[in-house]
Amino acid sequence: MDKAALARALGSPATFGQSQFAFVRGHAFEARVKADGGTELVRLLHARLAGAAAAAPPPGPDDVRIPDLTAAGPEGRTARTALALREATAAGRWTLLDHPLLAMDVAGTPAYLEPDAVVVHPDGSWTVVEIKSFAMVDGSADAAKVGAAARQAAVYALALEPLAGRVASGATVRHEVLLVCPKDFSNVPDAALVDIRKQLATTRRQLGRLTGVADIAAALPEGTSFDLCLADDGRTPRRPSGELAEALDAVAPAYAPECLAACELAFHCRARARAEGSVQTLGRGARAELGGLTTIESVLAAAAGEAGDPDDPAVAALRRAAALRAEALAPCGAEPVPAARKELPCH
Amino acid sequence: MSLIGTLARMEAVREGRARPLATVRHRHLAARPLVFVPLTTAGEAGAPLGALVGTERDAPRLLVVAQPRDRDMRFAFLAELADAMLPYVEAYGDAVEHEERKETDPETGRKVPVEVELCADAPQLLVPSAAGVEYVRLLGRSMRFRRTAEQDPDAPHPAPPRVPLLGRWLTHFGERAHVPGSSLLLAMTQLLGRHWATGQSALEDQHLGALLAWIDPPDGMPGGQAALRAELERDADGLLIHPPAGPATDPVFDNKRLAPAVTRYDRARTEALEAAPHRFAAAQEALADADRALRELLASQLRPTWDAVWHGVDLLRALPEGAHVAERWKRDRWSYTGHRDRVRAGEPPQPRRDDAVTAARKLAARETAQARLDAQEALDDPLVMAARRLAGEAFAGEVTEVVMEYTQAKVARPRPLVTLRTADGPHVADGATLHRALPDGRTQSAEFVAYGPGGTLTVRLTGGMGRGKVPDTGSVPEPGHHVCWTLFDHAPRGGPDLPDPEQTPWTHGGPPAAVAEAPDPVTAEDRL
Repeated sequence: MDKAALARALGSPATFGQSQFAFVRGHAFEARVKADGGTELVRLLHARLAGAAAAAPPPGPDDVRIPDLTAAGPEGRTARTALALREATAAGRWTLLDHPLLAMDVAGTPAYLEPDAVVVHPDGSWTVVEIKSFAMVDGSADAAKVGAAARQAAVYALALEPLAGRVASGATVRHEVLLVCPKDFSNVPDAALVDIRKQLATTRRQLGRLTGVADIAAALPEGTSFDLCLADDGRTPRRPSGELAEALDAVAPAYAPECLAACELAFHCRARARAEGSVQTLGRGARAELGGLTTIESVLAAAAGEAGDPDDPAVAALRRAAALRAEALAPCGAEPVPAARKELPCH
Repeated sequence: MSLIGTLARMEAVREGRARPLATVRHRHLAARPLVFVPLTTAGEAGAPLGALVGTERDAPRLLVVAQPRDRDMRFAFLAELADAMLPYVEAYGDAVEHEERKETDPETGRKVPVEVELCADAPQLLVPSAAGVEYVRLLGRSMRFRRTAEQDPDAPHPAPPRVPLLGRWLTHFGERAHVPGSSLLLAMTQLLGRHWATGQSALEDQHLGALLAWIDPPDGMPGGQAALRAELERDADGLLIHPPAGPATDPVFDNKRLAPAVTRYDRARTEALEAAPHRFAAAQEALADADRALRELLASQLRPTWDAVWHGVDLLRALPEGAHVAERWKRDRWSYTGHRDRVRAGEPPQPRRDDAVTAARKLAARETAQARLDAQEALDDPLVMAARRLAGEAFAGEVTEVVMEYTQAKVARPRPLVTLRTADGPHVADGATLHRALPDGRTQSAEFVAYGPGGTLTVRLTGGMGRGKVPDTGSVPEPGHHVCWTLFDHAPRGGPDLPDPEQTPWTHGGPPAAVAEAPDPVTAEDRL
C-alpha cells in the first residue's frame, strides 16, 4: 500500500523528501566506498577486526570477489543472493555482495530488504555493511543517526540468520555491523563496528509480537478498502477523501508526536488525535502521569475539580498541580487570587 | 515534563495560545545580541550555503556561497563570516573590571589573593534552533584547525586570515552552550520553550515558526491553527510559505529553486571564464545576474527566520529578569575572559578530543551548573518552585507557632522551633537539612523535626540568626508569616578537585601525550 499517496488523497500529505544535493552526495560516496572492486571496503572492515581475524593479512587488490547478483524479479534476486552467499562461504575468501536482496517474513507477509552490502569473511562469517552519508567527525557521529542505522542493520542481520542456518559449514552472522561514513568534512570513508546485539533482541521481540496482517484485516468491517481508485493517469485518486478517511478510521491509530518523523500518515493521525483532544498529542510522557484520563478535556475538568474521583491519585495530583500553578501565577494578575494563599510574591 | 508543565500545555490547547511556564526570564538577554541564522547544504557536513548575521534587526548582513562544493567559495564565505563576527566577539575583550581571586602560589603552595581581569560584559550569540547551536559547533570544528598562509607558508589551500580564530571562538561558544544556564550562545526555540508552554508537543516546539504562532498568534487566529499554517502551508509550487529555521533547508526548495539557480550560476561562471573578448562583458553581466538571483533566493529563505528570532527577542524582553540571572551571566563573563586570555597567550586551538581529566572536569562542572540552575530558577520564580513543591522537594505555608529553644553549650545559641501549616507533601526524613532564602539574600538552614496534626510540620532553625543569644531581627519567622523551605541546597557545590592532566592515573590512560593537533588533511573531495 502506498501510504504517501493515501496521505495525499486524504489532504494531509507527508513532507518527506530528499534534496538532490544530499542524493548526489550520498551516491557519490557509496560509489567511492565500493570502488576498486571492494578492496577498500574490506580493508576498512579488516582494520577494525580483533582477535585471530585481525592477525590474518589484509586483502590485496585482487583478493575480493564481487559476485554478480542480477536476476529477474525479487524472488530471483533473493535466490541469487542465497546462492552467492553459499558459494562465498564455501570458497573461504573475502567476498563482497553489493546490494543483495533478502526476504523476510514480517507478520505473515513477505518483505524484501536490500542492504548496502554484505561481506563474507574467509572464516565463513558474514558482516552487514551500512553506508551512510552523515559525517563521522573526530570518530563520533550523531547518536540518533547511528542508532537508526544500527536498528536498520539489525533487521538485515535478522533476515540473514535463517540463510546462515541453511548454508552448512558453520556460517554465522556477526553481531557487529560495519558502519561506513564520510570522515570529518571530506568524502573519504571512515568506518566503525557497531554492536547490534541489543537492537537484534529488540527487533526480534517486536517482530514476534506483531499481529499478523490477516488478523488485522479480519477485525476490520467487511468491505474496508484503502484503494484510491486511481484515474487513468495513475496519479489522481477518484475515491472521495471522506470515504477514505472513514475507511482509515476503522483501524485504531496510536498517534504520538514521534510518528511525525517516521510515518507518511502522521499528519492525518495527528489531526484526528487533536480533534479527539487526545493527551498523546502533547507527547508520550504526558500520558504516563495522567492515569486513566485520556482526553485533554477530561484532564482539565478533573484539575478544576469538576469531574473525576478525588481518591484517584492521578486526579488528586492534578488538582494539587492546578492549585499550585494558579497560586504561583496569581500575584501576577494572570489568574483569580485564591483566598489566603499568597506567599512567594512574584519578582 | 512535570505535571504542572503538562497542565500548562493543556491550558494552552483550551485557550488557543501559549501559557506561561515562568514568571521571570531565566536567561540573560544582551542589550545587543549577535543574531546568526545559518543555512547548510544538504548531505554534507559543515558546507554552509548562506547566512544572515548582525546585531541590527533592520540591517542583517547576507552571506552566500554560490556553489557550496567549491572550496574557494566556502573559504570566502568563512572569511566574510569572520569579518562580520570577530569584531563583535572581540569588542568585549578590552573593557575589564578587576576581581580578586585566590590562586595557589607555585612556590609556597599557599592560596594567595591575586587581582585578575574580568570582562565587564560578554558577547551573546543567538541562533534560531538547537540544530543551529550544533551547527555553530560544527563550523567551529571545521575552521579551527585550518592554517593561514601566515601560520604555515607551505600549507596547501591556506585559509584566509582570522578564519581559524573564528573557529576557536565558535568552538568555545558551542562548548559553553552545553553548560546548563549559560547564555553565551542560545537557541531561540529553547529560550521560548523554557518560558512558554504551547498546545503541542516538545518535539513540535522545535519549529520556531510554529512556536511563535502559539505564543503570539496573528490577530484573531487560534494558536493551533496558526502553528499548523506555519508548519505546513505551501504555495502552488509546493514550497513552504514559512521556510524552516534551518540550518537544513526544505528539500522541495532545494530541488525546485536552489538546484536550478546553482546550475545557472555554474553555467554563467563557465561561460564567463571561457568567453571570447567581445562576449566578455555580456558573460560577466550574466554571471552577476545569476549571483544576484541566488542571493535573493537565499535571502527569501533566511529573512523570515531572522525576523522570527527578533520577534522572540521582543517577547523575552517583556519578561522581567530573574534575580540570579546576573550571577550566572557573570560566570559566562568569566568563561569569555578565560578564552580571551588563552587566545591572547597564543595557546593552540582546542583539541579534537578532550583528555580524561578535562572531560571529567567539564562533566562535573556541567552537573554542578545544572544543580545550581535548578535551585536558582526555583528561588527566582514561584512557578518553578510550585513544580518542586509538587515533587515533594520543597514546601511552603503559614507559620502557626514559634517556640524559642537554645543549645546546651556554654554560650547558648538560639535554636527556635517553627511550626507551619502546609498543603504540600514534602518527602523529608527526620533530621534532614532544609534551606530557606532570607529577605537579605542569605540562606538559612534548618532541620526537619516532625510532622504534626492537621497538615502541620515542625522545623528547627539551625543558622542564619547572627552570633548572639538573641536572633537578629527578621531572621526568625513569626506566626502569620508565609515561608518556603526547600530540601535542596541553594548553592550546590561540585565534588572534590580533579588532578592536573599531568597526574592522570593509568586507569584513565595516563598523562596525555603532548602533541600539537595537526590540521585536517586537504583532500580532493573538498570540491566534488
